[in-house]
Amino acid sequence: MALDAKIPKGPLADKWTNHKNTIDLVNPANKRNIDIIVVGTGLAGGSAAATLAELGYNVKAFCFQDSPRRAHSIAAQGGINAAKNYQGDGDSTYRLFYDTVKGGDYRSREANVYRLAEVSANIIDQCVAQGVPFAREYGGLLDNRSFGGVLVSRTFYAAGQTGQQLLLGAYSAMNRQIGRGKITMYNRHEMLDVVKVDGKARGIIARDLVSGEIERHSAHAVVLGTGGYGNVFYLSTNAMGSNVTAAWKAHKRGAYFANPCYTQIHPTCIPVSGEHQSKLTLMSESLRNDGRIWVPKKKEDAEAIRAGKLKPTALAEQDRDYYLERRYPAFGNLVPRDVASRAAKERCDAGFGVNKTGEAVYLDFAAAFMRYGKEQAHVKGLDENDDALVKKLGQEIVKTKYGNLFQMYEKIVNQNPYETPMMIYPAVHYTMGGIWVDYNLQTTVPGLYAIGEANFSDHGANRLGASALMQGLADGYFVLPYTIGDYLSHDIRTGKIPTDTKEFEEAEKTVVDNINHLINNKGTHPVDYFHRRLGKIMWNKCGMARNAEDLKSAIHEISDLRAEFWKDVMVPGSADEFNEELAKAGRVADFLELGELFAKDALQREESAGGHFRDEYQTPEGEAMRRKEFQYVSAWEYKGEPKDAVLHKEELSYENIEVKERSYK
Amino acid sequence: MNLTLKIWRQKGANDKGKMVDYSISDVSPDMSFLEMLDVLNSELITKGEEPVAFDHDCREGICGSCSLYINGEAHGPDRGVTTCQLHMRMFKDGDVITIEPFRAKAFPVIKDLIVDRSAFDRIQHAGGFISVNTSGLTVDANAIPVNKHDADESFMAATCIGCGACVASCKNASAMLFVGAKVSQFALLPQGQVEATDRVLNMVKQMDEEGFGNCTNTGACEVECPKGISLENIARMNREYLAASLKG
Repeated sequence: MALDAKIPKGPLADKWTNHKNTIDLVNPANKRNIDIIVVGTGLAGGSAAATLAELGYNVKAFCFQDSPRRAHSIAAQGGINAAKNYQGDGDSTYRLFYDTVKGGDYRSREANVYRLAEVSANIIDQCVAQGVPFAREYGGLLDNRSFGGVLVSRTFYAAGQTGQQLLLGAYSAMNRQIGRGKITMYNRHEMLDVVKVDGKARGIIARDLVSGEIERHSAHAVVLGTGGYGNVFYLSTNAMGSNVTAAWKAHKRGAYFANPCYTQIHPTCIPVSGEHQSKLTLMSESLRNDGRIWVPKKKEDAEAIRAGKLKPTALAEQDRDYYLERRYPAFGNLVPRDVASRAAKERCDAGFGVNKTGEAVYLDFAAAFMRYGKEQAHVKGLDENDDALVKKLGQEIVKTKYGNLFQMYEKIVNQNPYETPMMIYPAVHYTMGGIWVDYNLQTTVPGLYAIGEANFSDHGANRLGASALMQGLADGYFVLPYTIGDYLSHDIRTGKIPTDTKEFEEAEKTVVDNINHLINNKGTHPVDYFHRRLGKIMWNKCGMARNAEDLKSAIHEISDLRAEFWKDVMVPGSADEFNEELAKAGRVADFLELGELFAKDALQREESAGGHFRDEYQTPEGEAMRRKEFQYVSAWEYKGEPKDAVLHKEELSYENIEVKERSYK
Repeated sequence: MNLTLKIWRQKGANDKGKMVDYSISDVSPDMSFLEMLDVLNSELITKGEEPVAFDHDCREGICGSCSLYINGEAHGPDRGVTTCQLHMRMFKDGDVITIEPFRAKAFPVIKDLIVDRSAFDRIQHAGGFISVNTSGLTVDANAIPVNKHDADESFMAATCIGCGACVASCKNASAMLFVGAKVSQFALLPQGQVEATDRVLNMVKQMDEEGFGNCTNTGACEVECPKGISLENIARMNREYLAASLKG
């Protein structure tokens, strides 16, 4: 199948408007006769479910959590971008578009990103109208801050809990529709297959996680808003339940999987402390607005710090290496995530790491305390030369901005970050790869849509801060509700889709056979044993930096591990009850397939781009080296084993942006 | 550390539960409480026994999934944290730790330590929203200025994660801290005024129907709330409710 992105013709700035004006619509009276399934209820799925229901469609929404309000979007901390230019610092739709394409290392689709920038301003209006309590200035207007990779202040936020507040906004919009009976909510349900009838997505097979019952649900279209697959690394900043199963099952039913190797590594996470670790905790990137990142200049100082013989606060200013400020004077500590992550790894690999394992750098707020404190002392008419007072005043300001993050750090690390610099290290965060979609967010399976992190389209090879929330809500509130109508306008006479057909039967049998195999296997190791081993292979060989040799061996190791899993996994209990281990086993089985495709994709891409860094392709200064001949999206078609997946290419053309070397110096 | 765990085991909602003793060794003080349970579960599975079911997801204190009544306290002995942020450094070698599900009539047990908190969802379906279309075609965001103090107060109420610790800590299993926080968030914002009367009446009605008890101003909820939601929100809800009742 040739990939058709269906990008509308005409000038970039008019594409979306023209498209909306020309696509087919569904009459409000007919919307009542059309059912839509939405899987996942985070920012993308939740906002889509609410909006589709409000338009008049019958929506069935599914989430594996006990309530839609717990989707992992809730954990996003920093903020959401919008080209409002409230600060008058030169922001515009074009600039947001430009920053996003550049930040994505010229591996995202121009038309999609422009549309994202275009609707970004509406998102803020919408959320404020819904009662999202964004941070305000004293005059009552919205406050903004800045994030990595940009030179303007366009990020709207609610302390360090922006994701929670935006998700609660979408959830409240859902509640309104649930209350009206327009959304039927299926909590604690997991989608285990897509059902296709005559080549179109017409329903799903789901498992009730409480009773274990397998259910058939039909609809005229299916929307996946199921998030990313970062948990293929075992340790990541994702919630424990985040998984690739729905997306992977869709892939197996014909949806191409795009750029699986594009993973964003987030630079400001709490470092790994031991083998027991179950997940990594992210500290909002907004901390880099005020924190300065450094390691000791001299190796002997780093060694003394690691041995606990030297305190970081005792190290003189001239003995510290503020390596981001040194290497990238224009952006300093606010370089994009991939650049900041690699720079931290480079310093730690060179022996300058500051925690016991040597895998941490400092994020220091001492200068910010003094800067804010002096300002406060001045405002209050107090003594600006009283360092202790100034520090205290400054700490209070920092506390209002990042208090919950400082508290979280202290709880986990057992050190007070107001007194000693935080230790941070990069960790797997967000996946830019995902199900391939066209401009309408439709996958290669007609009637099957993917939105938010589950699709691949807007971020390219790297995601700038505060852009994930923007994409999730843009897709769910403002893009999909229009584009899906174009498809559904052909379904107004279809009527209810029956579930007693051979297609549903066959899909259900596949699901049940799989579950029975896992339950009856009675091997010797629990699911986590295999997941941890997969994670180690992924991190060591497909992580922040990769090379051909490692990737080739990773492919073999993952394939062997998968065979071992199916032979030796131990799943206790039975299939007809609440069985967390069974649910996990199914998810890990899919990760074991995705992991191999991930490595295969990374091997194929002989260049460095954003979050994908190949050792063989770097400039003499150690920066990522893109290659013109790889200016495409790799979209993989399922053909059985991951090793047999077939590559399709969607060439990326840049007509409105000049593809330049990505420099933040 | 070596610990003895007394854990509530209950196969399903209709089965009788009981406390079961487990011993666990080599617990690191850097582990979170849930990571300690992961280790226990891994040992149980390897021995061919059923692991302990407990709710958890984000493991960074924000999703509100984790519950657990630990040594008689919701989310355990530390203050201002969820169970996933509770660390084993809060315990001593040789400790006996009792772990039970959140107990309330409105939170039926699903399995072991997992309870059904969907009553919270239903309270929100009854009015926990502002009735605005999701079209994006609303006024410009800055056309609705909000006093910073009100915005901050509203945000503080909105930080509730819906974990249910307030219900579990209350001798009456009252949900008034949760509902108070939800009502307050909207009551403090200009956008929320139009339907304020209906909102508070409907939410309180649903809360009562779900079988939550009444508030008797003991304040245990505020003490155990991982997000520090203030009792002030209950007072604000009562004022809203009274005003709405007089109007209605």
